[in-house]
Amino acid sequence: MAVPRGNVIAIMGGSGTGKTTLLRLIGGQLKPDRGEVRVEGNPNHGISHAQLYAMRRKMGMLFQFGALFTDLSVFENVAFPLREHTDLPESMIRDLVLMKLHAVGLRGAHALKPAELSGGMARRVALARAIALDPMLIMYDEPFTGLDPISVGIIGNLIRRLNDALGATSIVVTHDVQESLKIADYVYFLSGGRVVAEGTPRQVTESTEPFVRQFVHGEADGPVPFHYGAPAYSEDLGIGR
Amino acid sequence: MLRLLSSGLRLVGHRSINAVWRLGSASRFMGLVMLRSGLSFRRFHLIIDELHFAGVLSLIIIMVSGLFVGLVLGLQGYETLKRYGSAEAVGTLVALALVRELGPVVAALLFASRAGSAMTAELGIMKSTEQLSAMEMMAVDPFARVISPMFWGGFLSMPLLAAIFSVMGIFGGYLITVVIIGVDSGAFWSQMQSSVDLRNDIVNGVIKSVVFGAAVTAIALFEGYDAPPTAEGVSHAVTRTVVTSALAVLALDFVLTAFMFTGV
Repeated sequence: MAVPRGNVIAIMGGSGTGKTTLLRLIGGQLKPDRGEVRVEGNPNHGISHAQLYAMRRKMGMLFQFGALFTDLSVFENVAFPLREHTDLPESMIRDLVLMKLHAVGLRGAHALKPAELSGGMARRVALARAIALDPMLIMYDEPFTGLDPISVGIIGNLIRRLNDALGATSIVVTHDVQESLKIADYVYFLSGGRVVAEGTPRQVTESTEPFVRQFVHGEADGPVPFHYGAPAYSEDLGIGR
Repeated sequence: MLRLLSSGLRLVGHRSINAVWRLGSASRFMGLVMLRSGLSFRRFHLIIDELHFAGVLSLIIIMVSGLFVGLVLGLQGYETLKRYGSAEAVGTLVALALVRELGPVVAALLFASRAGSAMTAELGIMKSTEQLSAMEMMAVDPFARVISPMFWGGFLSMPLLAAIFSVMGIFGGYLITVVIIGVDSGAFWSQMQSSVDLRNDIVNGVIKSVVFGAAVTAIALFEGYDAPPTAEGVSHAVTRTVVTSALAVLALDFVLTAFMFTGV
């Protein structure tokens, strides 16, 4: 799998197919049993703790439910990576945080606590925090899960706009076919930990490949079976013994 | 019969492997806490915050409990010593019981229930809501930023809390025996002063509280970090913290007492 610089790549597949694991492999939180993951051409495993952390400073990650620090305000959440990794004066940190929050439309919410935010707002704050250090790679783990259609549209639009404005590269792990086909440059389908199909949004939409068809059109049965593996139905019901 | 035996053996084997596994994880965990401590001490304000959380916020329960334990000790001590005509020695009894035993032990048990359980819950929830993962992905080491300051905050606050517990207990003993019952104040303080030894009693009590502080905080943090990322997992981890800490404190107290006061 290759992720070209500047692109938005969508990774789709059913639950438990290894999408989040893939993000954790890229972020260096997991080590691959086989093969290798390279970021900017450099392997991200078998390196020192300091090297791994230096690599992570160039990455941003949006977690499924935001993973905001609940004891900090919105402002402090976004300021967190800036305070940890830079020696910028407080006035500059304030300006940067407000700029990042403005980019996601939540400058006015800087004083709120995470508990006071809706799901969509929390996701946007987490996005502002993920881009605080202007990363070259932004990873999104299920950014649309549990959001209303307006919030889905807002987040989708932000992913595309921020990627282009920052000149970054984005990897979006998602189940949301329609939204991801709108914003992605290229799509990978995973099943059982393997890439089973790939293509541009147009190729994916027009694909006759059974797995892609089932996924894109939300068909209940197909290569991904409706029934979980079980003995014969008649055998379970004790018929025809 | 054979099946019962084999399933029993399997259970014992499974539990033993599990225990060894957890011991290894706990050792690795504490190794990382120690390894990252240097970074935490360089940002001492993080440890101060945790001292406030574990120490200052535990003050009320420690002070009130210390006062009541002292009141009871004073009453019981006076009633017993009166029979032998040495009611004035009640100050000695209250002070020695508190400084050597009750101060460190009861303060550690209260610390485990108040601060230890809170540490476990905080860390467990941070893990289950992916806050620790988010920190890692921001290239911020959770051990240096969160866990190590928590450990040192708990470690440093425990001896202070035990000392405050003992002081409040002695004050409670004074209140009940001198102010209310009417034992001579001079005898109360002078007997205490002449029989409580700095090295053998106070320093040994402080050593106990330091050991208890390290044990309770380490157990609380490991349980939180190791908790399954579910509501049930965090709740079980909190229960385990209180139970394991209490047993560890009592067992360590026996071992330390055996070494300190019986010359083993």
